[in-house]
Amino acid sequence: MLSRVANSIYWMSRYMERAENVARFIGVNLNLTLDMAAAFGEQWGPLVNITGDKEQFAKRYGEATRENVMHFLTFDLDNPNSIFSSVRRARENARSVREIISTEMWEQANRSYLMVRDAAKNKLATENPHDFYTAVKMQSHLFDGITEATMSHGEAWHFLQVGELLERADKTSRILDVKYFILVPDAQTAGTAIDNIQWAALLKSASALEMYRKHSKRIDPFKVADFLILNRDFPRSVHSCLSRAAQSLHAISDSALDAFSNKAEQQLGRLLAELNYTQIDEIIAGGLHEFLDGLQTRLNRVDDAVFETFFALRPITNGGTQQQTQS
Amino acid sequence: MPLDFNSYDTETFYDELIESPGVPRPGARILVERIESLHSGDVIDRQRAAEAAMYNMGITFTVYGSQDGTEKIFPFDIIPRIVEARDWAYIERGLKQRIHALNLFIDDIYHEQKILKDKAIPEDIIRSAASFRPQCVGLDVPRGIWCHITGTDLVRDRDGQHYVLEDNLRCPSGVSYVLENRQVLKRTFPIVFEASRVRAVDNYPTHLLETLQYLAPDTVSAPKVVVLTPGMYNSAYFEHSFLAQQMGVELVEGSDLVVMDGFVHMRTTRGFQRVDVIYRRIDDDFIDPKAFRADSVLGVPGLIDVYRTGRVALANAPGTGIADDKAVYAYLPQIVKYYLDEDMILPNVPTHVCANEKEREYVLANLDKLVVKATNESGGYGMLVGPHATPEERTKFAEHIRKNPRNYIAQPTLALSRAPVLMEDHFEGRHIDLRPYILYGKEIYVMPGGLTRVALKKGSLVVNSSQGGGSKDTWVLFG
Repeated sequence: MLSRVANSIYWMSRYMERAENVARFIGVNLNLTLDMAAAFGEQWGPLVNITGDKEQFAKRYGEATRENVMHFLTFDLDNPNSIFSSVRRARENARSVREIISTEMWEQANRSYLMVRDAAKNKLATENPHDFYTAVKMQSHLFDGITEATMSHGEAWHFLQVGELLERADKTSRILDVKYFILVPDAQTAGTAIDNIQWAALLKSASALEMYRKHSKRIDPFKVADFLILNRDFPRSVHSCLSRAAQSLHAISDSALDAFSNKAEQQLGRLLAELNYTQIDEIIAGGLHEFLDGLQTRLNRVDDAVFETFFALRPITNGGTQQQTQS
Repeated sequence: MPLDFNSYDTETFYDELIESPGVPRPGARILVERIESLHSGDVIDRQRAAEAAMYNMGITFTVYGSQDGTEKIFPFDIIPRIVEARDWAYIERGLKQRIHALNLFIDDIYHEQKILKDKAIPEDIIRSAASFRPQCVGLDVPRGIWCHITGTDLVRDRDGQHYVLEDNLRCPSGVSYVLENRQVLKRTFPIVFEASRVRAVDNYPTHLLETLQYLAPDTVSAPKVVVLTPGMYNSAYFEHSFLAQQMGVELVEGSDLVVMDGFVHMRTTRGFQRVDVIYRRIDDDFIDPKAFRADSVLGVPGLIDVYRTGRVALANAPGTGIADDKAVYAYLPQIVKYYLDEDMILPNVPTHVCANEKEREYVLANLDKLVVKATNESGGYGMLVGPHATPEERTKFAEHIRKNPRNYIAQPTLALSRAPVLMEDHFEGRHIDLRPYILYGKEIYVMPGGLTRVALKKGSLVVNSSQGGGSKDTWVLFG
């Protein structure tokens, strides 16, 4: 397929997934603050550290109030990673590959955009945030489902998978980081009821609470981290995402899974091999936040390698049609 | 209360659906009965549902000059325009004849120019035409066909006679609206649609693909066809993408293509792949900076050289603009006669060529009655509708004409036919035209249907989407 088209498909799904995950971030924070506002006050600043551009936010908004942060992450078109920016770019990319994706996919990408755009005008998001952010998540799920059911699982679909899964792995790692930023565990809260409530809220925002409970009954921070990073079956865990992304990369190049035929496969394969042979205790011992930080850097390198391997055949000329902002 | 046509006033115009208040034309009887049997709210709901469907389907065009690549839906009216079998047979014969002659004309103009040597048309008209491409002289195009895809604009006068308003032989657009309008209308009036026996338009992409494949060199067994677009910010991008999707071919931009080793290739995730036929939706000027405008970043450098060797086919061929120059158009009766030895079936609108001194004097003396058009423009740009213009506008146009007479033609203001349009809660007549699409491959094929454009502004005669026009579905009936 055309390099340009593969690039657009990759970004279409990345942006769609990004919109969903920003909604999840805000969701987790809404949940957490509901539970602990009385004790600790609302904490919205950390969310900007994790998801967006801290300096950009400080310059344009100043104080990290609930309204400011929610607007910055949801409707601000000058923030390239806001929900509105993301669905808009997902749609722009979809528009540029309409002849490759199914009509139903395009219509869904279009509807997602229109939904957020309309919400930017009415007050749904501020008056009923729970409904709005749930709707954003559902739009993305619909897109996934429609994609699964209407698009041939060929080369284009594999590029779509790679984009979506790399994005999801990155964002799951950041959701886990929310807890670190919001409340550095201390002797006082660790193991208490409030601690458990917070971890449960975090699992919930990764749609992971029920699946986690099937895996281990009691809420235990180590096990939560283990579940979201290393679990092989849960579709939002970092390992599951990367393993399926690797499968798609190898399907594209038609090469064996235990070897590599390009730089993207090499980078991703190496990262995955490390995860395969890592235990959660080792991660915690080295510092969970430090681990997640390193993971995000490695994922960026995989993304660069995908670009160089498959898309860069096209010299960057009359740019402007492609937005490649990375978080 | 149902909507009805009893108080619908056709005034003095030819109405395509309603013969006189309350009396539909034969082909529209089923439709009108159905509408009159519905509650008015139901009809209005269907109009809204159709608009919502178009918006969700993303059937839009891009508005130039706006940030954000703002898109609008092409306003759509749910009352279809109906063309009866007898009328269509006449239109079809006329169009086939016209395209046949125009193709012979273009080929002649870029080769021996026999028509000029025989003085069948004035030599000056060609010599002075901005749309004449010296780069095309001596070009032997695949299968001798230049104009593979044409959209011809037809209008109907007060007495019901059809006229050709203009031919579009470069990159005519709008066919995607025909296909999508039909999808929407089938949902809007399913019962009427079935009972009225409407001819299908859905085969167009298949015919288009066959037309394009026919152009590939004989040595290629499975030709690679692509659609070349200026990109997603072009106003017709929706259509480029739609046609590529419907034909199941790749949609490429100029920078996806590269000339290498004497062939055209596209850049893919697995390296370079050869391309055999390009349905290009980029104008001649921009298609190859080496052959045409050097500052073009949309095109493919070296493309025309490959085209000359016959290793890639282009549709339409470059240079076809000479045939839709409006001054050349004025001589079409002579052109048809010269190449086919036939009288022209579908008449032109009577046209005064300002390059001709006598005619120019007439035009200048009658500006308040005439429509003046620039010979090399389309889309409703560069025109003056005399009866609706202010004296100042007319004076200004008179200056333009005197300064550059070759650039203008004038036509009488026709009383364009009308069709009912749903306005809030009642019907009003609006002026319309019709653009059928003609494909020239192994044979000449006229799609049974076309784009009916509506001047939505009351009394307006300008139907172009860029000037506030909308569209209707066009139902060509079986005989």
